[in-house]
Amino acid sequence: MANDRNKLNKNLAQMLKGGVIMDVTTPAEAEIAQEAGAVAVMALERVPADIRRDGGVARMSDPRMIKGIQAAVTIPVMAKARIGHIVEARVLEALGIDYIDESEVLTPADDAYHINKHEFSVPFVCGARDLGEALRRIGEGASMIRTKGEAGTGNVVEAVRHMRRMMSEIRLLANKPAEELMSYAKETGSPYDLVKFVAKNKKLPVVNFAAGGVATPADAALMMTLGAEGVFVGSGIFKSSDPKKTARAIVLATAHYNDPKLIAEVSEDLGSPMRGIELGTLSEGEKLANRGW
Amino acid sequence: MPTAAGKTENGKPVVGILALQGSVAEHERALKRVGVNTVRVLKAEHLDGLDGIILPGGESTTIGKLLKLFDIFEPLKVKIESGLPVFGTCAGLILLAKEIEGEQPHLAAMDIRVRRNAYGRQIDSFCSRAVIPEFSGAPLELVFIRAPWIEKVFGKARVVAEIDGHIAAARQDNMLVTSFHPELTSDITVHQYFTDMVKARMKDMRGKDAETEA
Repeated sequence: MANDRNKLNKNLAQMLKGGVIMDVTTPAEAEIAQEAGAVAVMALERVPADIRRDGGVARMSDPRMIKGIQAAVTIPVMAKARIGHIVEARVLEALGIDYIDESEVLTPADDAYHINKHEFSVPFVCGARDLGEALRRIGEGASMIRTKGEAGTGNVVEAVRHMRRMMSEIRLLANKPAEELMSYAKETGSPYDLVKFVAKNKKLPVVNFAAGGVATPADAALMMTLGAEGVFVGSGIFKSSDPKKTARAIVLATAHYNDPKLIAEVSEDLGSPMRGIELGTLSEGEKLANRGW
Repeated sequence: MPTAAGKTENGKPVVGILALQGSVAEHERALKRVGVNTVRVLKAEHLDGLDGIILPGGESTTIGKLLKLFDIFEPLKVKIESGLPVFGTCAGLILLAKEIEGEQPHLAAMDIRVRRNAYGRQIDSFCSRAVIPEFSGAPLELVFIRAPWIEKVFGKARVVAEIDGHIAAARQDNMLVTSFHPELTSDITVHQYFTDMVKARMKDMRGKDAETEA
């Protein structure tokens, strides 16, 4: 039965493939996202750009606000728990959330350990910067992976770096002879059976989305081109000057990521995207992607 | 990328998979194992020359909107109504229904009334096994993900499978729907069944062509 649950949770992520998951902070925003064609929404109190601006400790959202969003839409609703915060995750599970994001965007509650996600019935998505990190999270029970990117910057460069690294490590692993796999598992702290799975199947055992800095339709299409199976857009939509149009355009560009003509069409007259932050201006301590172990 | 233009290459049926979002690759894998050619349908022009089409699992709200935005909606509806074999799983079932509780229907082609997310949220998703005689005498693995159920069939639709008191599969002429996801299992029985529907139609069409020529 536990096995069934893990499989069903991976299966839900398969249903989201090719789609866009949007950060929303109110029922009204959730409706806009659903209307634009989002496959799921992420309910949170502040989008990452505001968390970054405001500083302080970022925590799980108010259950009332999450319930309001659940009541507003029929698509799956996700919500974030702090890294290692077992109780926040239990609360979200009790609320009937469809997917928990154990997220580096919130302030970590545990500076050494992630949640043992196998103990939950609800599925988890986790961020990763490389293959080893992805396999460690899957080993802990994550049923979906996303790149970390650098949330709240509107700058796609880190998401690109993380996706490229993951894909290139998968290709490398696929070419390794069997006797080299154990050392790879040792070096990266990855479960050996998952390393063998990736070497054999040339892909992660779960769905892999892009996240962290996606701000435009072309950004979303770029991530799909690099091998993402779908896209999370956080601040990019509701920090743009025309959220409805931007949301719709990103959905269209993700579905038709290899059709530049269409991406050109949907990118017209979108107004200004979120302003964005050049990564060089952030200190290592300000980078959310460094959270997680 | 394979296109419908290549369909006559080996005489195999060509089955399109609506590829706007969802479990596209999974259906592709199953169809390849059954031995048919597949085409990803992203635009109306990809519908030309298909012998059948699959509407995959995914988010029905999203796929329904994209169908209209990409102008696939009308031509797809016309093709289905004129007899193109179609297989809808989960979201695909919802797209085909004439009635959806509390919502406007999408393609409104099949005489079924559907309740979305009928079993509840993700925590209520489940696996089951059952024998569905219409498909096979052997038990099938049934995967329900935030699944709908068919509240009732009317008109020309008939029940193919009932699981725990709820209708989980139905058939009406050229249309087959399941609220579960055969594409998420390694069993290709249901895809084989649908391919037989596709082949039967191809044979029919050839028969009609011959009559016209005579």
